[in-house]
Amino acid sequence: MSATTQPALTPVKDNKVAARLGSRRRRTDVIIRMLSLAATAVGLVFLASILITLFVKGFGAMNLAVFTEVTKPPGSEGGLLNAIVGSLIQVALATLIGTPIGMLVGTYLAEYARGSRFGDVVRFVSDILLSAPSILIGLFVYQLLVLPFGGFSGWAGVAALAIIIIPIVVRTTEDMLSLVPNTLREAVIGLGAPKWKMIVLVSWRSAISGIITGVLLGIARIAGETAPLLFTSLGNNAWSTNLSAPMPSLPITIYSYAGSPFQDWIELAWAGALLITLAVLLLNIGARSLLGRGK
Amino acid sequence: MSQATTMTTGARPAAPRRAGSLGDAVFAGACQAAGAFVLLLLGGIIVELFIGGLPAFRAFGLPFLWSTEWDPVSEVFGAGVSIYGTIVTAVLAIIFAVPLAFGVAFTLTELAPPWLRRPVGTAVELLAAVPSIIYGMWGFFLIAPLMAQYVQPTLIDSLGELPGIGALFQGPPFGTGILTAALILAIMILPFIAATMRDVFEQVPPVFKESAYGLGCTTWEVMRGVVLPYTRISVAGGVMLGLGRALGETMAVTFVIGNANRITTTLFGPGNTIASVVALEFGESETGSLKLSSLLALGFILFVISFVVLATSRYLLRSRLKG
Repeated sequence: MSATTQPALTPVKDNKVAARLGSRRRRTDVIIRMLSLAATAVGLVFLASILITLFVKGFGAMNLAVFTEVTKPPGSEGGLLNAIVGSLIQVALATLIGTPIGMLVGTYLAEYARGSRFGDVVRFVSDILLSAPSILIGLFVYQLLVLPFGGFSGWAGVAALAIIIIPIVVRTTEDMLSLVPNTLREAVIGLGAPKWKMIVLVSWRSAISGIITGVLLGIARIAGETAPLLFTSLGNNAWSTNLSAPMPSLPITIYSYAGSPFQDWIELAWAGALLITLAVLLLNIGARSLLGRGK
Repeated sequence: MSQATTMTTGARPAAPRRAGSLGDAVFAGACQAAGAFVLLLLGGIIVELFIGGLPAFRAFGLPFLWSTEWDPVSEVFGAGVSIYGTIVTAVLAIIFAVPLAFGVAFTLTELAPPWLRRPVGTAVELLAAVPSIIYGMWGFFLIAPLMAQYVQPTLIDSLGELPGIGALFQGPPFGTGILTAALILAIMILPFIAATMRDVFEQVPPVFKESAYGLGCTTWEVMRGVVLPYTRISVAGGVMLGLGRALGETMAVTFVIGNANRITTTLFGPGNTIASVVALEFGESETGSLKLSSLLALGFILFVISFVVLATSRYLLRSRLKG
């Protein structure tokens, strides 16, 4: 190729060479464009394939018993009620615990620590936690809350999920607060309000739709988390709302059922997979449209 | 308090400030404490994993890192196979995902008509929202059979005979294995890399691109000659971010990698990764056993690897973060 492009180095006078070079450049351009469009199509096809698989297999297995019966041994008509409720409880509590902490950290980064050394470290660590393997957070909580307190528990699951949601809330809170114009802050301070009132009544209020978006995305993320729950709330095949005992959850149930040799369990796993994916995708789309409207 | 402000205007200007300063101190203290709590979390993860893995590190020493043994009966454990599996699957995933991600970002920034960019971009980002376990089921029940039936036999017939690289494409086509795991991982990390690339491509000053177009460059030449050189560091950061994600991915890999503790030359062979070993073997390890400690030690090693990769990614992306 280098041999054929050499004429381009000297001013081209031969029109034939110029035409050949031009058509070669255009051809390369068209080929790369086509490949790029194909790559995008591949991504979309994968998404479509996942959704179609889930809908076909999930709807086939969906019935009322999924929502009204608890998990039962293979062969008997069972459902996912305890797993759904267990997931709802753990995700809700983790969100309630993680959101305020994440908001405070994000507020610290955006309102107090701009340009400070400590703030940079906190921001760096929070970003690492955001992408750190979630399975390690499960192991950490196992060491911290399961081993010393004598067993797997719903609370340990809540703690693990809360740790996962914190950095997500931190990221969006800081990003959204840094979009609040400084003139607004100066106006409030100029009226004589203390800084904390300025933050709560003005900064937070201006950024609230963005922060809610972040929380919704965080909920979507922890709702599907499986690995950290393996070592914390463990899962439970009976009805249980006791947070001090092993607690069932939808992802764990899907995991153990999908890997089982029983056909009815595998079908239940598909039903659960459809439920969880629908919830996660709706949360994502809802959060995005909220953000789009806010802008 | 607002009353106090109006009443004492001019006379005692210091008083209202003091009244607010208690609230300020409490609020600032709470924010700072929350910040310190995040540091404690990361520190706690490092310390707890290390303490948990200490008995294994003591028992096996440094060779733990490359020993390929994993024998629960005689209590001999090594991390060699799973470290190898983790790195091979993640690197292969990057090799598959980067060209795709570039294509997506190129399409979203230069090729697609503006009305199409947002929906397509959202759809690609939704790939990142799908939970790992769903990828696992989809990979196990749909992709693995397809690989076994079509892809792997084709690869064996076409590439398996070649000298050198042929060894990579030999052996029975089970469907599951290193290659399938890497493929699923590639789809999972595609949205992260693509989103980073799209964001940095959009930050290239239009005047740079316009002057290149003015010289008669084609779209691809502008991308290769202007946009990529301008953004190459951030692009590398995005790739590292994808790598960091791929290293620690658990559930999807556990479903499709085949879970065998051996290093095979063929990409169709089964293997394992640190995360998949921990997820699978944890249930069968007793509290206080050397096996559990080995799993925590594996967790510590995974943490160190991902920390280095993610920190590098952030370092490379720092200019974008500031901008």
